[in-house]
Amino acid sequence: MSGPMSGFGTVLARDLRLAFRRPGEMANPLLFFVLITAIFPLGLSPEPELLRTVAPGILWGAALLSSLLALDLLFKNDYEDGSLEQLVLSGHSLPVLVLAKTLAHWVVSGLPLVLAAPLLASALYLPAHAWDTLMLGLLIGTPTLSLLGAVGAALTTGLGTGSALLSLLVLPLATPILIFGARGVDLAVQGLDPVGPMYLLGAILFLAVSLLPLAIATAVRISLD
Amino acid sequence: MWKLFHQFGSPPHFYRLAGYLIPWFGAAALILILIATYGGLVLAPADYLQGDGFRIIYVHVPSASMSLFAYTLMATAAGIGLIWRIKLAHAVAAAVAPIGASFTFLALATGSIWGKPMWGTWWAWDARLTSELILLFLFLGYMSLRAANDDVGKADRASGLLAVVGVVNVPIIHYSVEWWNSLHQGATIIKLGKPAITGDMLWPLLMMLAGFGFYFATVMMIRTRSQVLQRERKSQWLKSL
Repeated sequence: MSGPMSGFGTVLARDLRLAFRRPGEMANPLLFFVLITAIFPLGLSPEPELLRTVAPGILWGAALLSSLLALDLLFKNDYEDGSLEQLVLSGHSLPVLVLAKTLAHWVVSGLPLVLAAPLLASALYLPAHAWDTLMLGLLIGTPTLSLLGAVGAALTTGLGTGSALLSLLVLPLATPILIFGARGVDLAVQGLDPVGPMYLLGAILFLAVSLLPLAIATAVRISLD
Repeated sequence: MWKLFHQFGSPPHFYRLAGYLIPWFGAAALILILIATYGGLVLAPADYLQGDGFRIIYVHVPSASMSLFAYTLMATAAGIGLIWRIKLAHAVAAAVAPIGASFTFLALATGSIWGKPMWGTWWAWDARLTSELILLFLFLGYMSLRAANDDVGKADRASGLLAVVGVVNVPIIHYSVEWWNSLHQGATIIKLGKPAITGDMLWPLLMMLAGFGFYFATVMMIRTRSQVLQRERKSQWLKSL
């Protein structure tokens, strides 16, 4: 029980191990991401010109929705079997522990999206020179989505309201990420410098990492009352 | 100072004070809104570009500013409630949320009605209209989370935390949306130097703002009083009332 970050590694390793034991659940957000992206060409038209224009929005919207989908499970199992209570009582700093949980969740549900993004981008005829902006944006944007989502997940855990309420809580808060992320890709497609939105995404990530664990920890404590 | 804090936080004290203030605030709201309506609809000259259509500004702008004010107030009250565990603050936050949501809806509706003759469309994905829409969702999220919790204390703290997280996010949302798109006319009142609106048009607007403010305060006190009645229904001071 020494140092402010104690318990971080343990929780991270535990959550990752649990996730890897259930590969089916792990694949769900990724499948969802692919499905949503596939739905748009079906609904719009297979025309490359059109798809190229809407690709940044579709990809970012799909990433936002799939990171929401996985949030239900973030605290649910731990809440039900009582291990969430044990985390609170463990004597370690709770914000650090929930940060570890959120990081594990991101590795399982956010990182695959980043890696799969170029494949889907090419399916939507997004020019290859915009792929690195897309990946970079997702890489620094999706952790913020996970952190914001973790607040919502912690607040709704144990309410039994399902994911509709969670979406209502999280989606409005996540709009800046969507805007900056999609606009960055847009700029890159047009051959302009996307560094502005990327910096903003980075700034929001730093803000989120420093403040939101406190909010998540408070939310967990409220839910356990 | 702490004594004052505690006195204001005491439900019986608030209940009495609000009961005394409500008629005065209500009367002030009524008078101000009536005069401002006359000033805005009759005395103010027609706009050289928008004709008489601009007059909806006298409802639209005060509603929009009340909606933002309501969210800030709600989050501040919720924050005070969370930090110092003052139940009255939570009651205020709970009372303000539906009022704020209504003002947000009013701002959206009047904005849309104003947009039809001016922009030629009921809805444009304009920056400020869009942030107002997101604000409406923030209010609705707060209210649904509150409704989903059966226990009042838990509902207070859970929704309060959401409001605090939301209020930090509101400026980020606002500027991101602003940057995303803007075809809204520039701000007309708060500008350094001379306002970009003539005095004949300005004074009814300011008066309407004050009137809406008093109206807001009146409804807030009525609603908070009913919250207090509900929450303190088992307490001694209420029985002796």
